[in-house]
Amino acid sequence: MSEAGFFTTRLDEAVGWARKFSIFQYPFVTACCGMEYMATACSHYDVDRFGAGLPRFSPRQADVLFVVGTISHKMAPVLKRIYDQMAEPKWVVAFGVCTCTGGFYDNYATVMGIDTIIPVDVYIPGCPPRPEYVLDGLMKLQVKIQEHGVSGARSAPESRPAELVR
Amino acid sequence: MNAASLIQALRDRFPHAVQAAHSYRGDATVLIGRESLLEVARTLKEDPAFQMSFLMDLTAVDFSAYGKKRSPAFFAHSGVAVKPSPEIPDEEPWPGPPAPARFVVVCHLFSLPLKHRLRIEIPVEEADAEVDSLTSVWASANWLEREVWDMFGIRFHGHPNLKRILMYDEFVGHPLRKDYPVNKRQPLIGPIN
Amino acid sequence: MDPTQTPKSIPGEPETREMLLNVGPAHPSMHGIIRIIAKLDGEQVLDTDVEIGFLHRGFEKMAETVDYNGVMPYTDRLNYVSPLINNVGYCMAVEKLLGLSVPERCHYIRVIVSEISRITDHLTCVGAGAMELGAFSVFLYMIKAREFLWELVEMVTGARLTVSYCRVGGVKGDLPEGFEAQCRHALQETRKVLKEADALLTRNRIFVDRMSGTGKISAEDAISYGITGPFLRGSGVAYDVRKDCPYAVYDRFEFDVPVGTRGDNYDRYLVRMEEMEQSIRIVEQALRDIPPGPVLANPETGRPIPAAEMVDEGKMGRIAGIVDHRAVIDPTLEGAAKSQHGGIEAGEKRVFLPAKEDTYGNIEGLMQHFKLVMYGHGIRPPKGEVYFPVEGANGELGFYVVSDGTGSAYRVRVRPPCFAIMAALPKLLVGDMIADITPTFGSINMIGGELDR
Repeated sequence: MSEAGFFTTRLDEAVGWARKFSIFQYPFVTACCGMEYMATACSHYDVDRFGAGLPRFSPRQADVLFVVGTISHKMAPVLKRIYDQMAEPKWVVAFGVCTCTGGFYDNYATVMGIDTIIPVDVYIPGCPPRPEYVLDGLMKLQVKIQEHGVSGARSAPESRPAELVR
Repeated sequence: MNAASLIQALRDRFPHAVQAAHSYRGDATVLIGRESLLEVARTLKEDPAFQMSFLMDLTAVDFSAYGKKRSPAFFAHSGVAVKPSPEIPDEEPWPGPPAPARFVVVCHLFSLPLKHRLRIEIPVEEADAEVDSLTSVWASANWLEREVWDMFGIRFHGHPNLKRILMYDEFVGHPLRKDYPVNKRQPLIGPIN
Repeated sequence: MDPTQTPKSIPGEPETREMLLNVGPAHPSMHGIIRIIAKLDGEQVLDTDVEIGFLHRGFEKMAETVDYNGVMPYTDRLNYVSPLINNVGYCMAVEKLLGLSVPERCHYIRVIVSEISRITDHLTCVGAGAMELGAFSVFLYMIKAREFLWELVEMVTGARLTVSYCRVGGVKGDLPEGFEAQCRHALQETRKVLKEADALLTRNRIFVDRMSGTGKISAEDAISYGITGPFLRGSGVAYDVRKDCPYAVYDRFEFDVPVGTRGDNYDRYLVRMEEMEQSIRIVEQALRDIPPGPVLANPETGRPIPAAEMVDEGKMGRIAGIVDHRAVIDPTLEGAAKSQHGGIEAGEKRVFLPAKEDTYGNIEGLMQHFKLVMYGHGIRPPKGEVYFPVEGANGELGFYVVSDGTGSAYRVRVRPPCFAIMAALPKLLVGDMIADITPTFGSINMIGGELDR
C-alpha cells in the first residue's frame, strides 16, 4: 500500500473501523456449540459490546458466517449454499473444534473441518469453546476486518492446502 | 409381572413362537421367530395380561463380528506380551447371541399400567433380511424401522414409507453393519478427507 | 372447507392452490436443524413431511470403537443441554451389565447433578420457545439463571457443558467444598427467575393465544407414538421413569409429577415450569439427606498447601503427617483425592480409576490406572446385553448395551426421547396454522445431538 495517499489510507481505516463494530452475523447453529453461542450472546457475556449483537437470519444481509457445531455430510451442501448466498465482503468463523477439524467424530458421517468446503477466517477451537474464547476469536476477527479496508484487498482466507487434506 | 412370570406367560400363550428366553440382569427377553412377530406383538399390546402400550425402542444388532473382534493390547506389536485384563466373571452367564442368524432385531416394550418391560428379539438372516413391520400396532415403529433400514439394511414388510432417515439418499451401504468401515466417507461435496 | 380435500376454485373468487413450503434445515425460528416440507392451503397446514438426520455424527458407531469409559464424552454430546443425565444413564447401563452397585453418596451426587441438568434443559427449552414467540427478555432471564447453574456444574465437574463427569462405577470426583452453599444460592436465583418468567408469560395474552390449543395430541396417540417425558405428561399421562421405575435413590424423595389436561403447547409449558420447581425440591432434599462426605483432616497450619509444594516435601522425606495435609490441586481434579474416594466409587478395582495419590504415588495405583486407560485394556464386562432407562429431560432415555467381553462395547444403542416426539410432528402440525409450527416445534425441545446422534 506504499502508493496509497493520505486520504485512501484514512478512508480504509475509517471504513474498517465502522465495519468491525457493526458485525451482522449469521449464526449457522447446528449442535452443542450453540449452547455456548447462546451463552455468549446473552446478557452474562454480552456479545453486543463488540458490535456483534444483532444476528441476521438471512445470509444475504449478513457479514460474518458463524458456523457453530458439527457439519455432517448431509448438511455440507446447505452450508456451502448459504456461504455462496452471502454478499462480499464476508468472513467465516469456525466455532468449535468440529468445524475446525472434525473433532473426535472421525467417522463416516462428519465433515473433517469446514475449511474443506468453504474458506475460514477465524478458528475458535474448543469443545465447545468457552464464551471467553469466543470473545477472543471475535476480537481477532475485528482486527482482520480492520485490515481489510475499503478496497477489498483481503488477506487470503486460510483454506487448508490440498496436500494437507487427508 | 416380574421377568420370569412374564416369560412363562408368553411361553404358555405361544409355545411355538418363543424359541428361547432368558432374563439376564433381570431384563425379560424372548426370542421370537419372524413369522409370528405380528401376532405376538398384537397380543402383547392388547391382551390385558400384558398391556404393552409402549414400543419404547426398536433397533438391531449385527452379530457377524461377535467373538471375532481382535483385542489389540498395547505393546502387543513390540513383542512384549501384555495380555488385556481378564473378563469380569459372571455367576449367571448370558446365553449368547442367537447363532447362526447375522442380525437380530431388538424391540423394547413397556407396559404403562403394569410397569413391566420386555425385550423381543427376532433373528434375521442376511440373505433374506426382512421382518414384518410393526407400524400397524405401534405408531412409533414407523421412524424406528426406517432407522434400522438406514443403518442395517433390514427391510420391513408392510412399512408405509421405508426410506433413509438419518443418512442421505446418495449414501451407499449401511453404516452400522460391522463390515462398514467406521470412517469410510461418501461426501456430497468437498474432498473425501 | 374440509382440509383433506383439494381446494377448488369458487366462482367469483380468485383461484386457490395448495402450496408447498420448505422450512429448514437452517431456519431462524428453529433452534435445530430439521427440514419440514409443509403442504399449505392458505395458512392452514394440510400435510407435512419431516426430514431429519442433519446432525448424524455416528454416535453408535463411535461407541463401538472406544472403550467403555471412552464413550462418556460422546454421551455428553447426545443431549448437550442436559449432558449429566446422559452420563448417568450410560454409566448405570454399564453398571447393570457389570452387576455393580455404587455407594450411596455417589447415587445422591448423581441425583443432584441430574436434577440441576434437568433444570438447565427446561430453562433453555422454555426460554428459546418464548424467544421464538417474541418474548426475548424471558430468554435473557432464563439464560441468566442457566449461567448460575452452569457455574455450579463447572464447580463440580470442571466444565460448563461437556462435562464427562460420571465414570463407570462412580463419579469423577466428590462434591467440592462450599458446594452446598453455592447450590442453595443458585437455586434461589433460579427460583427468582422462574417467578419473573411466570409473571411475564403465564398470563401474557400473546403467549397464551399462540400456545393454547396448538400442537394438540391425545394421550392415546402420544403413547402409541412412544412419546415420554414432559410432552406425554402434558397430555395427562403421569409417566415418569423416576416414579414408575425408580433408579438411583429417586424413590426416597418426595416430588410431584405434574400433568396437563389438554395436551397442547400451553400445558406442556406449564408442565415444564412446574417440573423445574420439583427438581429444585429434589435437589434440596438430596442436599439434606446426602450421607456425609469424608472429613478432611486438619493440617497443623489449618490451611491447604499447593500440590507441588506437597510433592516437594514428600521428595525431601518430610512425610510425617503428610496424609493429613490437604493439597490445593487443579480444579479439574477436585474431589479426586484418596480421602474422598471411598464415598464415590464402587470399590471394584477392575472398573474404577484409582485415587490420584495412588496413581502418582505407588506402582500398584499406576498399574491399575494404566490397565484401565490403555488402548485395548480397560473395563471388560461379561458377555451380555442390558437396557437401562433413566428420565431424561425430554423423556425416557434408555441405553441398550451389548457386550462381547472385550474392552469396547459390541453395540451401544440410545433410545432418544425426542426421536419419538419428532416422529409425531406431522400429526401435531396438520390442521394448525403455519405460524403454529414455531410454538409446537419449540415445545418439542428437539435436540439435534439426541435426535440424530
